[in-house]
Amino acid sequence: MCDKLALSDDILMKIEKPERYIGHEVNSVVKNLGQVRVRFAMCFPDVYEIGMSHLGIQILYDMFNAMPDVWCERVYSPWVDLDAIMREQRIPLFALESQDPIKDFDFLGITIQYEMCYTNILQVLDLSQIPLNAMERGEDCPIVIGGGPCTYNPEPLADFFDIFYIGEGETQYERLIDLYKKCKDQGLGRVEFLRRVAKEVPGMYVPRFYEADYNEDGTLKSFTTTEEGIPATVRKEIVSDMSDACYPLKPLVPFIKITQDRVVLEIQRGCIRGCRFCQAGQIYRPVRERDVDTLKQYALEMLKNTGQEEISLSSLSSSDYSKLPELVNFLIEECSRQHTNISLPSLRIDAFSLDVMSKVQDVKKSSLTFAPEAGSQRLRNVINKGLTEEAILKGARLAFESGWNRVKLYFMLGLPTETEEDIRGIAELCNNIAALFFETVPKEKRVNGRVQIVASTSFFVPKPFTPFQWAGQCTKEVFLDKAYQTRTAISAQLNQKSIKYNWHEADASVLEGVLARGDRRLCDVIRRVYEKGSIYDAWGEYYDNSKWLETMAEYGLTPDFYAHRERSTDELLPWDFIDCGVSKEFLIREWERAKREEVSENCKLKCQACGAAGFGCGICVVPRTESIAADAGC
Amino acid sequence: MKIRIKFTKYGPLRFIGHLDVMRFFQKAIRRAGIDVTYTTGFSPHQVMSFAAPLGVGLTSNGEYMDIQVNSLPASRDGLTPCQILTQRLNNASVKGLDVVSARILPENAGNAMASIAAASYSVRFREGREPQFLKGHLSDHNPESADCSKPADSSEMKDGTEITDCREITDCANDPVYAVLTTFMAKEEILITKNTKHGAREINIRPGIYELTWSDNTFHMLVDASSAGNIKPGQVIEALLADNGEQLQENALLITREDVFTATGEQNDGNKKFISLGEIGSLDADRLDVPISTSGKENAL
Repeated sequence: MCDKLALSDDILMKIEKPERYIGHEVNSVVKNLGQVRVRFAMCFPDVYEIGMSHLGIQILYDMFNAMPDVWCERVYSPWVDLDAIMREQRIPLFALESQDPIKDFDFLGITIQYEMCYTNILQVLDLSQIPLNAMERGEDCPIVIGGGPCTYNPEPLADFFDIFYIGEGETQYERLIDLYKKCKDQGLGRVEFLRRVAKEVPGMYVPRFYEADYNEDGTLKSFTTTEEGIPATVRKEIVSDMSDACYPLKPLVPFIKITQDRVVLEIQRGCIRGCRFCQAGQIYRPVRERDVDTLKQYALEMLKNTGQEEISLSSLSSSDYSKLPELVNFLIEECSRQHTNISLPSLRIDAFSLDVMSKVQDVKKSSLTFAPEAGSQRLRNVINKGLTEEAILKGARLAFESGWNRVKLYFMLGLPTETEEDIRGIAELCNNIAALFFETVPKEKRVNGRVQIVASTSFFVPKPFTPFQWAGQCTKEVFLDKAYQTRTAISAQLNQKSIKYNWHEADASVLEGVLARGDRRLCDVIRRVYEKGSIYDAWGEYYDNSKWLETMAEYGLTPDFYAHRERSTDELLPWDFIDCGVSKEFLIREWERAKREEVSENCKLKCQACGAAGFGCGICVVPRTESIAADAGC
Repeated sequence: MKIRIKFTKYGPLRFIGHLDVMRFFQKAIRRAGIDVTYTTGFSPHQVMSFAAPLGVGLTSNGEYMDIQVNSLPASRDGLTPCQILTQRLNNASVKGLDVVSARILPENAGNAMASIAAASYSVRFREGREPQFLKGHLSDHNPESADCSKPADSSEMKDGTEITDCREITDCANDPVYAVLTTFMAKEEILITKNTKHGAREINIRPGIYELTWSDNTFHMLVDASSAGNIKPGQVIEALLADNGEQLQENALLITREDVFTATGEQNDGNKKFISLGEIGSLDADRLDVPISTSGKENAL
C-alpha cells in the first residue's frame, strides 16, 4: 500500500480524528495504476463515520473493484476543521486509498441519501476544485454522477451533476464504464459521451438534455428534452435476482468507531407494507428476498474477513423476510460460538421476536421499539400502517412478562388529516402501555419499580413517489404547536411520570420538505447558501435556517410554494419524467383511499396493481398462495 | 495461558489512536482465528491488556499487548506454535502494524500495563525546526532514515539488557553536542511545568531521565514510563532547548518509541536494572506444559 499522505503531519496532528483521512483500512483496495484504465471516486457527502456506515457504497466499491481495469476509491466530506484548512491552503480534496486528488479521476460518484447533505455535495466539488455547475466543466474534469434515494427527484441538484443514475447501482455501471472507455478511445469529448449515455444506457438521466418551463403561478408547465433521441422518461434500474447480485464479502473495516460498526447482511430489498408516507416502501418495489442459504454463507465469510464483533440484519421490515426464523436461529448458534453479537432492527414485536431478542441481548438493558407512527387507529389507517393498538399492547404485555421495562415509541406529527384527537391518541397510547406494565408486572418483580416509556415524534415530510406526494406540509408554527399539544396531552396522563417525550427541530423538517419536492430553480438557492458558508446542514449545530429563508427570498421563491401548499393530482410534478415502476394511477388511488381512511393490503396478501410487476421479479412473481402461507406463519 | 505480542507501528498508521489500535487487534485476532479467551455475558470481550499507550503521530519499534488464549496453534513446517501465531496475526494485520513476535508468559508475570518502568525513544527534528545549537552539527539529511514510513532496521533497536549506567556517555564524546548534553545531564534538577486538571505544577524530570545521547542526527533516551512518573520525550527535548535559551517549535519532533522496559530490582551501583518487555517469557511452547490445538483449525469459522 502506498505510504503517501495528502495531508502534512502538521495538519494531521492538528485536526480531530486524523484516521478519517489516511485510508489503509483492512480490506481497502489498492491497485497498480499501470493496469487501471478508469478511476472512480465514490463519495458519501458527510463525515467519514457516517459515510463508512453506508452499505450501498460498500456494495458498489466491491463491484467496481472486481472489474480488472477499474479502481474505485472512497472520499467523504472533510469535517469542518479540515475543511477550513483545505480552503485556506488550497489543498485539493483527495481519495483515501491513493491520496490522489479527486480532480484527476475519471468519475466522481456521489450517493445522495438525504436532502440535508446538498450543501456538502457542493463542498466536495468545491474542495476537489471541480466547477460546481456541470456546464462549466471542461474535458479534464471527472464525470460527476449521482445516485441514491434523493435522485428520485434530482431536480434541485440538476445543475451540479453530469449524470444521475436512477435506481440500483448493481446493474448498469459496467455498461456505463464500457461506453466511457469506448468514447475515450474514439476521442469523443465529454458532451458526446454524455449524449450517448442518455441515449444508450438505461436508468441514466443527463439533466443538460432536458429543459423545464414554468406557468405564471410557478408550477411546472412542461419538461422536455432538448435533443432528438433523448428519452422523455427515465425508468429506474433494479436487480431482478438478489441472490445472484454482487455482495461485499470483504467489507472495509475502519480503524475508528463508526456509526454502524458491524457486519451488515442485507436480507431483502423493498417492503411489502406500502405505508403511504414512506418513500423507500415505494421506490424499492418489488420486494426481493435473498436466498437464506446464500445469506448464511455470506454471514460466516464476512465475519471471518472482517473480525467484526457484531452482525446486523438490514432490510426495511425484517419480520417480513420469509425465512427469518431459520436465518436467525442459525446466526444465534454461530454467533454464540464466535462470541459475536447480533443486532436485529426493524422486527415486529411478537412471541418469536421476543424470544430471539431475549437470547441475543440483555433484557434488563435493552428496550423495545414500536413505530405506530400515528396515535389513533383512524390516522394509522390513513397512512396504511398496519399496526393496531391491540397488537402493540399484546406485544408489550409479552415483553413485560419476559422482563423488559423500557419501551420506545416513534410517531410522526403533521400527517395528512391529523386532528387534535389523533395527537391525544399518542399520549393515551403511551399511558395505556404504562398502565399495562403495572397491571402485568407484580410489584416485587418490577426492576427499579417502574416502567420507562420514551415517545419521540418527528415532523412529517411529504416525499416524491409516495401517495402523499401531493399533500401540503405543515408550517413550522403548526409543527411546534402540535409538539406542544403532544407534550400537554402527555402531562395530563395518569402515568405521565413514566413517559418521556422528545421532539425534533421543525425548521430543518420544512427545509427538507422544500428540497424533497423542489425543482430546478432551487439549484441557484443551494449554490448561494453554500457560497454564504453553509455546510453540514444535517448537523443541527451547523444548520442555519435563516440563511436558507433569506436566500430563497432573494430568488423570489417561498417554502409555501414548495412545501406547504397541497398539489392537485393533475399538476405536472418535477419528478414525473422518472418512472420508478409504481404508476401515478396507483399513487392517486392510494391518496384517495388515504383520505377515505381505507387500508390497502400488503403485497403478500393481495396485489394492489402498483405497476412494479412490470419488473417481473420478487414478490410479483411468487405464487400468491405460497406467500399467504408464509405470512400466516409470522 | 498468557501470550505477549510485540508489534511495531509506523507509516501512515502512526496516526491511529491507542484505543483504535486495541480495537484493530481485537478484530485482527478474530480474523487470524486465534483461540483467544473471552469473558462471559451478553457482550463478551477478549482478555487483553496493552502496555503504555503510544501518542498519536509517534512511531514505535516496540509495542506490546498481552492476550489470554485457550490453546496455541500446532507446530508446523519447523515453526513453533508462537511463530505460527505471529505469522497468522501478521497476515490478518496491515502494513504499519507489524507483529514481530509472540512469547508465552510465565504464569506469575504481571500484566503488560502494570509492569512498565521505562521506555526508550529516538527523537529527531523535522527539517527546518532544529534548535540553533544543533545547526552545523547535523550530517547530510538522510532521506531514508528520515522516512518514518519504513520500519526501522531491527539492528537499530536498543537492547535493553545492555543499558546499565546511563550517565556514562562515551561513544558521543567527540560530538560537539556532547557538551550541551553533559551540562544538561549534570543538573540535579530539571524543572518543567505540567498542566493538570488542578492547575499548573512544577515537576523535576531529572531523576526520570536515565539516558540521553546524541548520534546520527538523533537523540536517544531512556526515560521513566511508570504510571507515577511517566516522562514524555517531548518534555525532555523541550527542557533541553530551554536550557539553551531556545523554544521548541510546534510539531518539531519525529519520535519513535524503540522499546518498553520493566524493572528487575537494583544493581550493585544502585541504578535500576531494566529488561525489555519482549525478553520476558518463552518462544517455545514445547518446553512448557501448554495445550496445543490438535485440529490445526482454530479458526472458529
